[in-house]
Amino acid sequence: MQAGTLSTFLKRGAIWGFILFELIFFSVAGAFLSLSDKAFMDLDNMLRLFKQSAPIGIIAMGMTIIMINGNIDLSVGATFALCAIVLLDSLTWPIFAGLGDWVIPVSWALALLTGVLLGAINGLIVWKTGVDAFIVTLGSMLGYRGLVFMYNGEQPTSHLNWTLVDFAETQFLGLHTATWFLLAVTLVIWFLMTRTIHGRNAYAIGDNREAAVNAGIRVGPHMMINFMIIGFLAALSAVVFYSESGSVNPNDGELYELWIITAVVLGGTKLTGGAGSVISTFGGVLAIQLLRKGLGHIGADTSTVNLVIGLILIAVLYLDRQLNRKGAEELKI
Amino acid sequence: MTGQTPALRLEGIVKTFPGVRALDGVSFSVMPGEVHALMGENGAGKSTLMKVLGGIYQPDAGQILIEEAPTVMASPLEAKAKGVVFIHQELSLADELSVAENVYLGELPRKSFGRVDWDRLYADTERILDRLKVGFTPQTLVGDLSIANKQMVEIARALTVDAKAVIFDEPTASLTDAEKDVLFEVIADLKARNVGIIYISHRMEEIFRITDRVSVLRDGQHTGTAITADTNEEAVTQMMIGRKLDLSRNVAHHELGDVALEVRNLSCGHLYKDVSFKIRRGEVVGFYGLVGAGRTEIAETLFGLRDPSAGQILLDGQALRITSPTDAIERGISLVPEDRKGQGLVLGMNCRDNMTLPQVDDLKAGPFVAEGAEVAIFDQYRDRLDIRTPGWKQLVGNLSGGNQQKIVIGKWLSMHPNVLIVDEPTRGIDVGSKSEIHNLIRDLAAQGYAVIVISSEMPEVLHVADRIYALFQGRITREFTSEDVTEDSLVRAISGLADNGGAQVA
Repeated sequence: MQAGTLSTFLKRGAIWGFILFELIFFSVAGAFLSLSDKAFMDLDNMLRLFKQSAPIGIIAMGMTIIMINGNIDLSVGATFALCAIVLLDSLTWPIFAGLGDWVIPVSWALALLTGVLLGAINGLIVWKTGVDAFIVTLGSMLGYRGLVFMYNGEQPTSHLNWTLVDFAETQFLGLHTATWFLLAVTLVIWFLMTRTIHGRNAYAIGDNREAAVNAGIRVGPHMMINFMIIGFLAALSAVVFYSESGSVNPNDGELYELWIITAVVLGGTKLTGGAGSVISTFGGVLAIQLLRKGLGHIGADTSTVNLVIGLILIAVLYLDRQLNRKGAEELKI
Repeated sequence: MTGQTPALRLEGIVKTFPGVRALDGVSFSVMPGEVHALMGENGAGKSTLMKVLGGIYQPDAGQILIEEAPTVMASPLEAKAKGVVFIHQELSLADELSVAENVYLGELPRKSFGRVDWDRLYADTERILDRLKVGFTPQTLVGDLSIANKQMVEIARALTVDAKAVIFDEPTASLTDAEKDVLFEVIADLKARNVGIIYISHRMEEIFRITDRVSVLRDGQHTGTAITADTNEEAVTQMMIGRKLDLSRNVAHHELGDVALEVRNLSCGHLYKDVSFKIRRGEVVGFYGLVGAGRTEIAETLFGLRDPSAGQILLDGQALRITSPTDAIERGISLVPEDRKGQGLVLGMNCRDNMTLPQVDDLKAGPFVAEGAEVAIFDQYRDRLDIRTPGWKQLVGNLSGGNQQKIVIGKWLSMHPNVLIVDEPTRGIDVGSKSEIHNLIRDLAAQGYAVIVISSEMPEVLHVADRIYALFQGRITREFTSEDVTEDSLVRAISGLADNGGAQVA
């Protein structure tokens, strides 16, 4: 076996091994501890798990591109909330009153466009100013959230469109609408990152930016496109979720960015860029959702869930570092 | 070769940097199908010349002609597009991507919808790799390759364009003999295809094995070009070092003390192997070798930054393990690092705080830092080392290179070391301050410190060192005293060539 193959295998396969471990653990532990008499791996329960993974999962696919590219986006939670408001509010605008249910695609388009626009703003600033994406999106996170509050104060924005609710609650081949969206997005982004020139260049930029520049890759435009993609996905996530719930609080989507980054990192994407996989991110999203659900199933409360996920994240990164060490030749700190 | 059009010609290239005339009217040409060696000591201007050629620097005067057509190289990309390709010594690859993607980085073949045409990519890469006779496939991850194979990937990149001239910058620095043979075959193949090749190397044997002509640079000037078959190693060495050194050799005029530091058979992975040396109090020992010969890594081991894989370190005759820089400092070993601004100083802090950085913990008055004591230490070493600064409040980043270096040295002297290791003490320092630093090093030895000077500048080691250890590929090849050293034998020792005379160190 070639050197490095083992660690690569461990890294790639680790997230699925972890998911398997979770399933077994919660099934067994659930049999003793759970108050409900349903098994943890009940089909309905698993289908719901996929559906609940969708809002974070859809955005996590965008975050994977952004992080492979060597950037980060902290503004996704605020973008998510703002796009939700655009969706629900525009459904009630008088100019669209004559459209009947045709207002739905119009509102969807408006919300998605808003997401792309907000992402483009982030990307343009990162590209043209050279300021670190962490700082830029920290700023826009606050800024976009400010816009959310300006829209309707502390009040929730609500509008239930029953056609939309029906659409969102449909189960096609057993899977919910939101799950289909998550699967479709995963497939498209996987294709983008593994099969297209844009995707491969994004890897190269994150891996060795100087080499990419020297090879004539236009780093700025690639980064901007990726920010537009994540903006679009944050909007798509909002559109899918709020079509069903019909009401957005100004605080919605807070801390989403952290859950998303956690999922992406658990999936093995490097914080420094250049390495990562969309499929593993999908695993990371499922692993977190399983953990939340599983701990709930055996009677733990939310604070315990957060504590456990935090500890697991640090343990995973420590393991990753151990597997990647080059041994005695590394400089000590 | 007369009557033919040169593939590439440089005409009267001048490039000045503040205070230095790096290139002073250099002219130079490569014919199609010729391998032309470019030689010169570190700092002679080779890398500046190559940066001008590669579009990284713009020349102040002179011009570049490709097949006799004047050309402006605005960027590395443009140079490549015009058929001038570099094989860099430092690798510029993306480890997480496949070989094929690296070879065609920035130029991936395209299908509809922006998809990568993998079939074509792999087929094209396969064809290039076949020419190079390498043992890996286009699908291999670059991160899994050895350094030598990574170099092959760099070379494969050069073969993707219709190159008129290919520049190899120290290509064999990390290659084994077998890998070198493959490289030379590749060069022969390029030569047969009428590509002009510029071959930069310090290694005489290679120069005489594969090149047609040799050109030598010294102090930014072109000192001569010779047909390789008509010249010999002595003549080329003469062209490289030609100057009469006005620097006197130094010999210790004071009594040497006991052995302060001894190292026995020290090894660290493949970075250096089986290194043994000793140094007495009051002595300056020079470590001379090319970049990558393992000099800095040995210093880092002595300072506790690397763990040796084998061997012994003895301080005052006692064997010990140095596990961290804190440990090294406590035992009186100090390191003035190679990269002054990156490793030696905190540029945004003032002179005093930089000077007392390693001992703030000891300078406490209650829970606070004793600023008075700090200022006293700064004043003492400012006077002793003649550091010119308006005051201790001055930010170190605003000082000249020479004064910055004195702050670093003062910082360690204030810790009362036994052994002072100085890595490239005068890199980026102007000529006037250089001799000041040299005198300072001599003074420190006279005061009883044991000083190790690591340098890639020959005049510097010759000037300051009482004894010189020559390093080549992680081993000490020879030891010289200031009486028996000659420039010629020193050049040979760091190029891995045999020599008669002088003590051979196993």
